[in-house]
Amino acid sequence: MAINWGALGIVFVVALAAAVVLTGLFAYGVRGLSERVTARAHGGSGTVQLTGAVVCFAICAAVIGYGIYLIVA
Amino acid sequence: MDFSLIVLVVIVAALAFDFTNGFHDTANAMATSIATGALKPRVAVAISAVLNLVGAFLSIEVAKTISGGIVDDTKVTPVVIFAGLVGAIVWNLVTWLVGLPSSSSHALFGGLIGATWIASGADAVHFAKVVEKVLIPAIASPVVAGVVAIVGTFLVYRITAKSRQDVVGKGFKTGQVLSASLVSLAHGTNDAQKTMGVITLALIAGGSLAPGSNPPVWVILASGAAIALGTYFGGWRIIQTMGKKLTEIQTPQGFAAETSSAAVILASSHLGFALSTTHVTSGGIIGSGLGRKLAEVRWGVAGKMVIAWALTLPAAAIVGAIAAAVSTRGSWGTVLVGGVGVLLALGIWLASRRNPVTPATVNNEPEGAEAAPVAA
Repeated sequence: MAINWGALGIVFVVALAAAVVLTGLFAYGVRGLSERVTARAHGGSGTVQLTGAVVCFAICAAVIGYGIYLIVA
Repeated sequence: MDFSLIVLVVIVAALAFDFTNGFHDTANAMATSIATGALKPRVAVAISAVLNLVGAFLSIEVAKTISGGIVDDTKVTPVVIFAGLVGAIVWNLVTWLVGLPSSSSHALFGGLIGATWIASGADAVHFAKVVEKVLIPAIASPVVAGVVAIVGTFLVYRITAKSRQDVVGKGFKTGQVLSASLVSLAHGTNDAQKTMGVITLALIAGGSLAPGSNPPVWVILASGAAIALGTYFGGWRIIQTMGKKLTEIQTPQGFAAETSSAAVILASSHLGFALSTTHVTSGGIIGSGLGRKLAEVRWGVAGKMVIAWALTLPAAAIVGAIAAAVSTRGSWGTVLVGGVGVLLALGIWLASRRNPVTPATVNNEPEGAEAAPVAA
């Protein structure tokens, strides 16, 4: 009986990294959107915050795109 | 016995199993989205059904062996496959009736183990493989997904703690739709191919296909359609357990749980350590409950789930063994087992009507508890 503990460890590390990147970036994106609303409420333009949010979401989309690529390929 | 008849019976049983697989596992992808209101129940199961169908066509790696080496594949005859499928279907229906998620793969493995044991003796069952492919992953899956989800949930709440809650609620609802869709797609690529493998191998065993053939298009279509139909039918009883009974879920938690589950499923299927979708997503939901301050995980419900997981393989094995003992006696035995199986399924369905869980009632709090606010 050969249990591949190494593979299990790698699955854990990769999944943890991917989930941290995705949830973290998405949360920062949502935070950016929230700060934009706050900035606009105080007369600002909120462009900086919006740009930041869009960048976060874009990286998320890229990571998910890679995930789908992994499913298909 | 007419060979083509038994092959036909196996195909019907395999598609029936595929259907139960679908409605058993809808909860894996969609329970948290339905619980938080990110998706309406009917819309959620429709999306999941379509993505499962798409996933069935995307998966290129169809199982080459039915059991993955858990039993001696040379001893697996169509009658054994049939008996194994009956064991798996019966267990899937029983767990659905009591609203507990359980692994359809484990049910199929269990059914095959029991059927092979009776038909060919205990030597045809590779117990070391059972530990390697069933026992260890079953323990590892929820732990890995749970830890990932704890970290993800903690991060999400930490980062958005001072943000406007209306924006946070809306943002994570959108995120949940996306992450749940990814879980559905991953599920379709994983689970539909199990049935394709079973049908293809039955066709090969029956002489309709050359050994080593890929599944014909109609097999892919039928398997994808059966799992999609099952998914759309919606295992509302299990969705209620996963979405409402296990822990109180808010949108950011649902997002973190699904993202973690998707990451673990994809990582496991591409790095060579197969984990069960059901165990991963259940672990993800518990983890998201532990990761949010003051969220309560109902350990009584989690405990029942663990008991169901532990029983899945032996219970399906016993049913599979009985089915094999009768089926191997000849055509009349196979017909008898098929008939009893249909009657059992009908009985379980009738029993479920006495206490139905529908799209309209799926989000009700169990046991008359006061409905808690779901939106973040």
